Amino acid sequence: MVQQPDDITSDDATPDGVDRRQFIGYLLAGSTLIAAAPLGSGIFAPDRADAAIPSVPELADVFDLTDLQTLAAMPTSNLIAIQIHTDGTASFALPRAEVGQGITTSTAMIIAEELDLPLDKVHITLAPARPELVFNQLTGGSNTTNSTYTPIRVAAAIARGALLDAAAILLGDNVHNLSTQLGQVIAKSGAKVSYGDLALKAAIPKSTTKHVTLKDASSFKIIGTPQKRIDAHDIVTGKKTFAMDMSVPNALPTMVCRAPSIKGTPKSVQNAAEVKAMPGITDVAMISTGVAVRGETFGQCIDAVRALQVTWNKGTEDASSDATILAALKRAELPMVLPKLPLLTKSIDATFTFRFASNTALEPNCAIADVRKDGAEIWAGMKSPLVAQKEIASKLGMTIKQVKVNVVEGGGSFGRKLFQDAALEAAEASQAMGKPVKLMWHRTDEFRHGRTHPMSTSHVRASYLGKEVLACEQRHTSISTDFTHGLGEMLTSYAAKLPAGDYTFAQSIFMLTQTTPYNFGVTTQLLNEVDKGFNTGSMRNIYSPNVRCAQELIVDQLAAQLRPDKDPYKFRQQFLKDPRMRAVLDKAAEVGDWGRAMPTGTAQGIAVHAEYKGACAAVVEIDCRPATVNRKIPEAYTGPRVTKVVFVVDVGLPVNPLGLQAQMMGGIMDGIALALSSSLHLENGHFAEGSWDDYHYTRQWNTPPELELVVMPTTTGVPGGAGEFGVAASFAATACAYARATGTMPTEFPINHQEAFTFTPLPVSPPIPQSPTNGLQTTY
Amino acid sequence: MPTQKFTLNGKPVAVDVEDDVRLLWVLRDKLGVTGPKYGCGLNVCKSCTSHINGKAFNPCSVPVSDIKATDEVTTIEGLADTVGSTLHPMQEAWLEIDVAQCGYCQPGQIMAAVAKVKQVRAAGREITDADLDEIRNICRCGTYHRIREAIVKGAEGM
Repeated sequence: MVQQPDDITSDDATPDGVDRRQFIGYLLAGSTLIAAAPLGSGIFAPDRADAAIPSVPELADVFDLTDLQTLAAMPTSNLIAIQIHTDGTASFALPRAEVGQGITTSTAMIIAEELDLPLDKVHITLAPARPELVFNQLTGGSNTTNSTYTPIRVAAAIARGALLDAAAILLGDNVHNLSTQLGQVIAKSGAKVSYGDLALKAAIPKSTTKHVTLKDASSFKIIGTPQKRIDAHDIVTGKKTFAMDMSVPNALPTMVCRAPSIKGTPKSVQNAAEVKAMPGITDVAMISTGVAVRGETFGQCIDAVRALQVTWNKGTEDASSDATILAALKRAELPMVLPKLPLLTKSIDATFTFRFASNTALEPNCAIADVRKDGAEIWAGMKSPLVAQKEIASKLGMTIKQVKVNVVEGGGSFGRKLFQDAALEAAEASQAMGKPVKLMWHRTDEFRHGRTHPMSTSHVRASYLGKEVLACEQRHTSISTDFTHGLGEMLTSYAAKLPAGDYTFAQSIFMLTQTTPYNFGVTTQLLNEVDKGFNTGSMRNIYSPNVRCAQELIVDQLAAQLRPDKDPYKFRQQFLKDPRMRAVLDKAAEVGDWGRAMPTGTAQGIAVHAEYKGACAAVVEIDCRPATVNRKIPEAYTGPRVTKVVFVVDVGLPVNPLGLQAQMMGGIMDGIALALSSSLHLENGHFAEGSWDDYHYTRQWNTPPELELVVMPTTTGVPGGAGEFGVAASFAATACAYARATGTMPTEFPINHQEAFTFTPLPVSPPIPQSPTNGLQTTY
Repeated sequence: MPTQKFTLNGKPVAVDVEDDVRLLWVLRDKLGVTGPKYGCGLNVCKSCTSHINGKAFNPCSVPVSDIKATDEVTTIEGLADTVGSTLHPMQEAWLEIDVAQCGYCQPGQIMAAVAKVKQVRAAGREITDADLDEIRNICRCGTYHRIREAIVKGAEGM
């Protein structure tokens, strides 16, 4: 945690290098050297033309944290701090969640770079909920590196400066004669002193403001180089500790028996005493979302959940099915505002349907809670720990200060960990039982009661005359997306651009993230959302995969109409607005050998996407020939096979190209799943899918055997977003390839949604299935 | 309550637990061996893949009483010991290719990879794309391509 200095003196020494941008940070009082910088606004030195900061939205609109606003108003309340230790290491508690996207590694790289310290001497932990950060502890919108890059560098640069100052005194030399390298200060005389030996000497008794300049990018030695994950060894040896691997005294396995339909709630339990007497079971307690059971093992909790007899209140969507939702979306579509177009204008008009999808991670929703009379402590992978803290305090009838929220590294998120459904249940169950609990969702519940990417339709109309596109309008209509976690720094950074008028939060997000990257004359994109009865949330890349897939399919149709060669690549090249977009498109076409001769039933598809201050393009090759579609792999859903993907990405400044490639790879697998195989079927108020073998997320048998990921060199010098960036272009390029291979533009995604089930749906009561017992018959 | 006995990662263990509790929970909740992960409890996602007498299996779907006292269970924690090293060649390959993202599925992926390579070697051949296509382990982060590269690389060292 960052110490809060109550009194800060200012260091008004004239900074050198006045022609470069100055930043403000602090040296904090402490036992060893601690350097800090503000996260978000306030990092730029004042009296500079470039110091303008967008205004922060009214805090009360998002956070009802009256007693914390005073704290938040303190000049140093939003500090992040790097500490140098006597063993020569640096430590930093990152106020973001690592869920696999690699931000602990990239953050360590940024610190190592600015501090001139070997990468393995930088230790990153995840900060617990820090209410004083207000907006600035949300991991979402692929915004982590963009929002923390400069503050972390400032803190590291201040630490380096303090080490140099301390070394100058120790060596009796002038600081200008000293340099730093690999964790040592080196004098021109050859004398060396390690950071470890300076850690105590550089410590100061009174916190001080510091001005600092940052390293020039041309001297970067670590940023921009491929670096392996700092947690890789722990992962491959099984040592990496996820929430359910933690050992909190007496926190026994706990599961929840859930209603047969979405958002159904428990009315009464008929056999609580009987279930409590089952082997291993210690407690049974009704909570707001179901009936919680606690026991010696999760296996016995599964037995108990299955044995419970519960009377349920109705759910929120008991009469809903795929067809009723589709009809509701059709009714809610906003009208096109037809611009006045010349006579003879032609148009292409199509409506696309995108089915419910699950953002379930492989690590299910889970949390540990230890609720006592005077306070509570929670452990979970959480991307919005401040919202969690507030909601848990409210649920428990406690103050925010009584609830300690620890952020644990998560086993994937894809948007799921923006919400704390399991942490809330764990807190409630622990309070009801008066004991610590280790609460985990069953996989079947993950699909049926977990958050979904809502079903949507996208209506696109493109109007053209001669060789020009005069207008492109898009009406996206969706089941409501739950954004109650807010969007933290992402929202703050967009605050100045928020549209005026009566827009909902969702509409604002839509308008701030969706664009038409082509010169298509009059373009309008509008969102309407209906029905708040579902468990929904942002799934990786939120609206973009569906919106862009629809748009790119229409772009291919336009290419067929407007160009004699009908070439989708050349059409995009001709109409793209942004040179960065054209550059990634050209690179993808070149590396992907665009236009090569391919057998009938196979084809290439090409698509682009711009978001998160970056540009990307994908060339996808697909095989839709019957022999491939119907290939037999034991217990596999196969279908068309994406055989090759070339993906080119420009994120402005790639901090860790190896990690960036990993994120694009994951986004591609998501894009393939959304296009071809994975969706949830809504039937009478519940989803039919209850297992990974029902919900066909990409598996090895649908993985492209050939994959090439190209990271463009630095363009803007500012790191854009990575985690979600790969999905939209991959999805769109896969859909475009499928259309070209089959000669039919698909309008329903995934394309297999209307096919007969490949599985027998699990019953809804009991809500979860028993584990098989034949595991020794499937060894290999 | 019955006492269940078997060999775990080279050491004999004895644990008091009912016969029908699946081995995964005995490992995780009773013995504190947390390398094998829960991903479904249905023998579908393969996150808990471990070895029994050198073959891949999924402890989520085996009642502990089906494990005989003479059976040797190996989890990711004991894999390196089976080759008398600090890391198994497959783990080395995983590090070299930088496969992992969140890491949740990776213990199961590595255990499956080792068994798959042994299986095809027993059949007198090397691993092919068709063999890789049959691996069922889910990686929700989508690291599949690096997994394929690492298996081929790891096989070279086995």
